[in-house]
Parts: sequence; C-alpha cells; structure tokens
Amino acid sequence: MSASEVKYTEDHEYVRVEGDIATIGISVYAQEQLGDVVYVELPEVGKALAKGEEAAVVESVKAASEINAPVSGEVIEVNSELDGTPATVNEDALGKGWFIKARISDPSELDDLLSEDAYKSFIEGLD
Amino acid sequence: MAQNSESPDAPLLRTPLHDLHVAGGAKMVPFAGYDMPVSYPLGVLGEHQHTRTKAGLFDVSHMGQAFLSSQKPIAPQIEALVPGDVAALGVGRTRYTQLMYDDGGIRDDLMVTKMADEEGRERLFLVVNAACKEDDFAHIATSLGDAQLDRLEDRALVALQGPEAFAVLDRLIPGVADMSFMSWQSVDWEGAELFVTRSGYTGEDGYEISIPNNVAVRFTEQLLGEAEVEWIGLGARDSLRLEAGLCLYGHDIDETTSPIEAGLVWSISKRRRAEGGFPGAARIQAELSDGPARKRVGILPDGPAPAREGTVIHASGGGEIGMITSGGFGPSFGGPIAMGYVTAEFAKPGTALDLIVRGKIRPAKVVPMPFVPANFYRGK
Repeated sequence: MSASEVKYTEDHEYVRVEGDIATIGISVYAQEQLGDVVYVELPEVGKALAKGEEAAVVESVKAASEINAPVSGEVIEVNSELDGTPATVNEDALGKGWFIKARISDPSELDDLLSEDAYKSFIEGLD
Repeated sequence: MAQNSESPDAPLLRTPLHDLHVAGGAKMVPFAGYDMPVSYPLGVLGEHQHTRTKAGLFDVSHMGQAFLSSQKPIAPQIEALVPGDVAALGVGRTRYTQLMYDDGGIRDDLMVTKMADEEGRERLFLVVNAACKEDDFAHIATSLGDAQLDRLEDRALVALQGPEAFAVLDRLIPGVADMSFMSWQSVDWEGAELFVTRSGYTGEDGYEISIPNNVAVRFTEQLLGEAEVEWIGLGARDSLRLEAGLCLYGHDIDETTSPIEAGLVWSISKRRRAEGGFPGAARIQAELSDGPARKRVGILPDGPAPAREGTVIHASGGGEIGMITSGGFGPSFGGPIAMGYVTAEFAKPGTALDLIVRGKIRPAKVVPMPFVPANFYRGK
C-alpha cells in the first residue's frame, strides 16, 4: 500500500488511508449527483463507527443522504470547517471537503473496498 | 404543486418540451408519471437564485389544462365543487381555489380563470396538478350536469418567473408587461393562440403561458434565446415555493387537511364562507367559528440543519404536537426553513418547538410566512 491510497465503496464514500488513519468523505461523482451541499452532520469525536453504520449525513437543497462508514474505527477528528462552508464538499470533495478522520480498527476491511480504477469502471457502468 | 405518484412499470410520459430539457443538459427524474427535469447544469442553488434575480423558465406541461363550458351560468356549477368565489370573477381574471371532498379534505388545488363567453356558452379555463389530473377531471366531468369538460391535451404550459420576466415576455408578446396580477388573456403569437396568466408559484412576478403543442418548442426556444432566461428544474421550483410559503399538494395539503387548517382562508370569500354550498362546507364553517384543531405554520430551525418532510414536532421540552410537511434549505433565505402542522395552541409566531431530526432534538420556532417577501406585480 502506498503512503496515501484512496479506496471507494459502491455507495460513493471514499477512504484515504495514511498509516492506520482513514480520511472519509464522498466521491466527486457523489457530490455531482447530490448537487449543492448545504449541510453536513458529522459524528462526535470518539465515536466508534462500525463498518456500514451511518457515520454522517450530507444534505443538498433537495434531500438528505446518509453516509455510511466504509471501515470500522474510532472517530479522531471531524471537518468542522464544513459547518460554515458546506459547499467545500462540491468544490473539493477529495481534498478540503473531507468529513471524518478515523483510526482504522480492522485493516482487513480495506480489502473489500474498490480501488480507484475499479470505482471508475463502476460509475461508468451507472451512467 | 404536485406529488410524485409514478408507478414503476408504466412508461414515463414526455412533455412537448422534453427534447429541449435533454439538450439543455437536464437531469431527468420520474415525476407524476412524466420524465421531468429536476435540475440543469446551473444547479438547484443557481437556478433558485436566477429566478429570484432574473427570469426562470419552468416546464409545467405535465399539469392538467381544461376548458369547462356551459350554456347555463357556469359559476354555480363549479362552486358546487370548490369554495372559491367564481361568481365574483370577471372575464380575464384568475383565482386560486381547491377541489374539495365532502368531509372538508382537499382533493387538489387549482387555478380557475373566467374566459369570455363563446357561442352563448360561459367558459372557464382550469389548471390542476399533474398527479391529480386524471382523478380531478373524472370527478369534475361526472359531478357537473350541464357543463362540458374539454381537456386540453394539445397544449404545453410554461412558467416564466422572476423580476425580469415581464421585460422578457413583453419583447415576445407586446403588452403583457401591463397585465395585472392574476389576470389572464388570450394572445396571438405567430398565428397561434396562447393563454397568458400573470401568476406563478415562486413568490415572484411572472407568467404562466399555455401554448399549442405545434408551436411550443419554437416559442420556448425564443424565450430561452433571451439573455435573462434560464431553465429551472423541479428542485428549485420546490425551494422557491417553500420560501414563498406556498402549499405543495400531497405534502402540505391533502385529503386530510382542510383549507382552514392550511391557512388558505383568504381563498374563500365572505359570501362563500357564509353561504357554504360546497363539499366540506360544514367542517369549514365549524373551523371558521371555533378555530381549527391544528394549523399550518412556518417553522424556522435554529442552527444549520434542515428538517425534512415527516420530521416530528414536539412542544419545547414536551410531547408530540405535529409534523413537518415540507422542509429544506432556503437558498435566498440563507438557511433551513420548513412548514408543517401543529396543534392550534402552538401556532403563534415565536412559539418554541423541538424538531426530532434523526433522533436528536433540534430547537426551532414558529415564524410567519413567506420566508422571503413576495414580489408580485401590484401595478404601476
């Protein structure tokens, strides 16, 4: 595994893995589908997330969408910048628009996620 | 104005302007049985702001249009179905009213226009919600003895809304800038008869234009060619009408809500309140004299989290008193806004509420609507 590898779920969450820290957000494709993000509800720092469990909620003008934890782990930081500027999710989904940093509890769960290329093929199949 | 009622198996219908949406890069979704544009590349926020500042173009061809005509006076006939005062409508005037159930619930809301008589027949032009149109027209056709209902399946309907709508439309149809609010006229455009109403459902000045299908694309392309005009999808249509405090049928009003509970008492004239003579009159008159048990109110959540339709409302620190029927983010308002029903004693502006959003208590308060000031044309 390289120093910073991005993996995806079929529900359009991404995980950027650096050591045992996962930075979690939504893909560029997901933010395009949602449209303008107006609010992101983030979990409490310290919360233990189980893989597949609701970790955050992202709201566009139209609707609220649940973001599920792509991997299990403890929340060590949330992106509180999104409170004031939720549009950052649209502008820089993979960068400044991240949601959660979590300490990965079971690294083997990463094997279930899609590589960048696999995710790219997956979304091409959706259109 | 309509709710979604598509069945997954039926093929989606297309409006006469479908190709223009696709060409405009629209994201299409099923809505009331039609393949409709929810947003365009400008995005919901951009489309919303564009409508508030310039001129937004909406395809509302999925809505139901019809003529109702009769050799006998038509007002008493339609007034047997709606609480609106149609007798008081002058020729070329439009009114908002509701088709009612016998128990005082609402079948649908609609626009009724008095047209000039033709060949000795009095005529009304009706526009009803897309999701309700089959039921509405069947109901009207079977409930009226003498009157004849003619559905206008050969017409598109667009809305042009926003502070620059009048300037744009007046270029294509000279004279419409001087039309008064809620007035209607038949105009000739390149040999086709258009119906132009100065009305809309965004809180802005604007028009609804009924166009024969054979010129619908050409006329719409001309509108789109004007610098101020952008396509606006269903997403922004919803945020615009929510900010304007306007009801969406199937959400804020339905078969369980009365017009009094919904705060639509302004749409029922003094005469009709006193005389009754429409389905549900007993309930409406009782609610007018005793007050309704619950009322539709504007709701302002504290903080940035939107509260969506279905959110349960509690009294501040207390038990359940109602539910949100429309809620989201108001782009012009600049934050979350909602409307819903609360027990009458909690309906006063300023009343503190608790919203239960995903299991968390979110404080909110009752506020007057609209959330942004209406910008209707009130004459020079």
